[in-house]
Amino acid sequence: MATLEIRDLHVTVEADNATKEILKGVDLTVKQGETHAIMGPNGSGKSTLAYSLAGHPKYTVTSGTVTLDGEDVLEMTVDERARAGLFLAMQYPVEVPGVSVSNFLRTSATAVRGEAPKLRTWVKEVKEAMERLNMDPSFAERNVNEGFSGGEKKRHEILQLELLKPKIAVLDETDSGLDVDALRVVSEGVNRVRESGEVGTLLITHYTRILRYIKPDHVHVFAGGRIAESGGAELADKLENEGYEAYVKGGASA
Amino acid sequence: MAEAPITPVGSTTAGSIAVAAESTVATRMSAPPSYDVADFPVPHGREEEWRFTPLERLRGLHDGSAVATGSGLRVEVSAPEGVTVETVGREDARVGRAGVPVDRIAAQAYSAFEKASVVSVPKESVLTEPIRIAVHGEGGTAYGHQIVELGAFAEAVVVLDHTGDAVLAANVEFLVGDGAKLTVVSVQDWDDKAVHVAQHNALIGRDASLKSVVVTFGGDVVRLHPRVAYAGTGGEAELFGLYFTDRGQHQEHRLLVDHNTPHCKSNVVYKGALQGEDAHAVWIGDVLIEAAAEGTDTYEMNRNLVLTDGARVDSVPNLEIETGEIVGAGHASATGRFDDEQLFYLMARGIPEKEARRLVVRGFFAELVQQIQVPDVEERLLAKIEEELEGAVA
Repeated sequence: MATLEIRDLHVTVEADNATKEILKGVDLTVKQGETHAIMGPNGSGKSTLAYSLAGHPKYTVTSGTVTLDGEDVLEMTVDERARAGLFLAMQYPVEVPGVSVSNFLRTSATAVRGEAPKLRTWVKEVKEAMERLNMDPSFAERNVNEGFSGGEKKRHEILQLELLKPKIAVLDETDSGLDVDALRVVSEGVNRVRESGEVGTLLITHYTRILRYIKPDHVHVFAGGRIAESGGAELADKLENEGYEAYVKGGASA
Repeated sequence: MAEAPITPVGSTTAGSIAVAAESTVATRMSAPPSYDVADFPVPHGREEEWRFTPLERLRGLHDGSAVATGSGLRVEVSAPEGVTVETVGREDARVGRAGVPVDRIAAQAYSAFEKASVVSVPKESVLTEPIRIAVHGEGGTAYGHQIVELGAFAEAVVVLDHTGDAVLAANVEFLVGDGAKLTVVSVQDWDDKAVHVAQHNALIGRDASLKSVVVTFGGDVVRLHPRVAYAGTGGEAELFGLYFTDRGQHQEHRLLVDHNTPHCKSNVVYKGALQGEDAHAVWIGDVLIEAAAEGTDTYEMNRNLVLTDGARVDSVPNLEIETGEIVGAGHASATGRFDDEQLFYLMARGIPEKEARRLVVRGFFAELVQQIQVPDVEERLLAKIEEELEGAVA
């Protein structure tokens, strides 16, 4: 069973000619089949955790370890991490002019699966996955994220999640900027992948709204660059009622 | 009357299409067109038409000091049966018919060439195989004159292929007869030191069409001047270009579509990728819609993809409209970077770095490569793009 283990992770970022520590000792274990929600106020470091796991060059890991089934993730390049089974659904997916969605998906699937998918079954697979996400077939011929609405970008991220079938999926604020209909469609997509039981999900969110559609097994409150409290689904209800105030203050005095 | 979707040169702020009193496309050249090199002053580099060009790297083509070597450049023409290939003197009526030299080097080439090569496709002859004109440099300096002539309703594809090392100034003329269809692919695949300056003049007959695909990869300095004018109504010109400008290279494409005749169309799409220190691409897109050219439909676009730091693009679209009675006129220019965020996004989906770059560049050029429709040239271009990208990594 695939397991992502994060131990005492410290991450810095360069900003305004100064080095700033954003993550200050994160400990977290995500197993295949589990869903963890990471919730926290703006600026708590949630997205830094997501991008650090994916290997974005902007972030420097200063100490700690991240392993996937015992393999050192931090030693891997960005593409190696993806091929090892780590997937990051981005909050702000990047436009790639000149590259069509269909070409991108196929190139990506070929890289992650280690061989080119058979054309006939692949076309069907993509078509069906797009239908499930209420995506028009013409979408495949558009350039990656170019001129996509916020909702289209997120559907496209979840489409990739469904096709690439990672071991660990990190969803970075996938719910932000979505109206209720789009949130439902995207959540259903995530749930289909979860129901396979083969993915461990790390759901990063600012709001509890998405947790009405995607039920987490564990909820972690992220504050001050680390996990401040962990609990079950009931912790989300507490946050819904009380907000992050207690943690922000606590984080500041710690 | 259709309104142009852009603000043309000389327009008023009131939003209506103003009529330019005099063509700036013509007047901003430092001398009027002429077949005689003596009519052009030696450029000093600040003239509008020379300000982007590194004169010191032209090997004397611009100041009369480049002397033809008489050898060191081979031209081989292979043509299907029925096509006439001949060599003529400058007194031949076809020489200079498609257009007059507009700058010093084109006039120098015109004044200095010895014999013009003429390739003629008889009227109503539809070729199934391309005509290939291979220009291979072996270190020589040369002034050339090439004419391609299509009779009425003829159809042909011409591949003009430049390889090797040379200093070459040339005029190339395309005489497209009424109802004829000509596709020309001009490939500049020179070695690193080559200098190539050429004016391409096309004269498009009534209801005739020209598709020009200009592909520039090699050379130290390449400066091309594709120009189109119409001899009758109903003419269509599609001018496509792709260039891959590497470290230290200067590649300049200066286009002019002269809508001098009513009810003609033009569509210009040039795309370039640049990489490396001092890679410099210049694109000038001039479209002139003369007062008589009612019913004109024209669009021009230039896109550049900058792959690394240190490269420079100058892109200047210019649309000049002397009549408002047109179907449409527009232009667009954009230069973007292939940035680290794109690379991260693609790599985060498992795609290795090299392949990510290849994907983006191939995608960028794909719509143009598909326009070539000469399979071996398409394959060579794709291979060339790969090679250029490999070179960047090394």
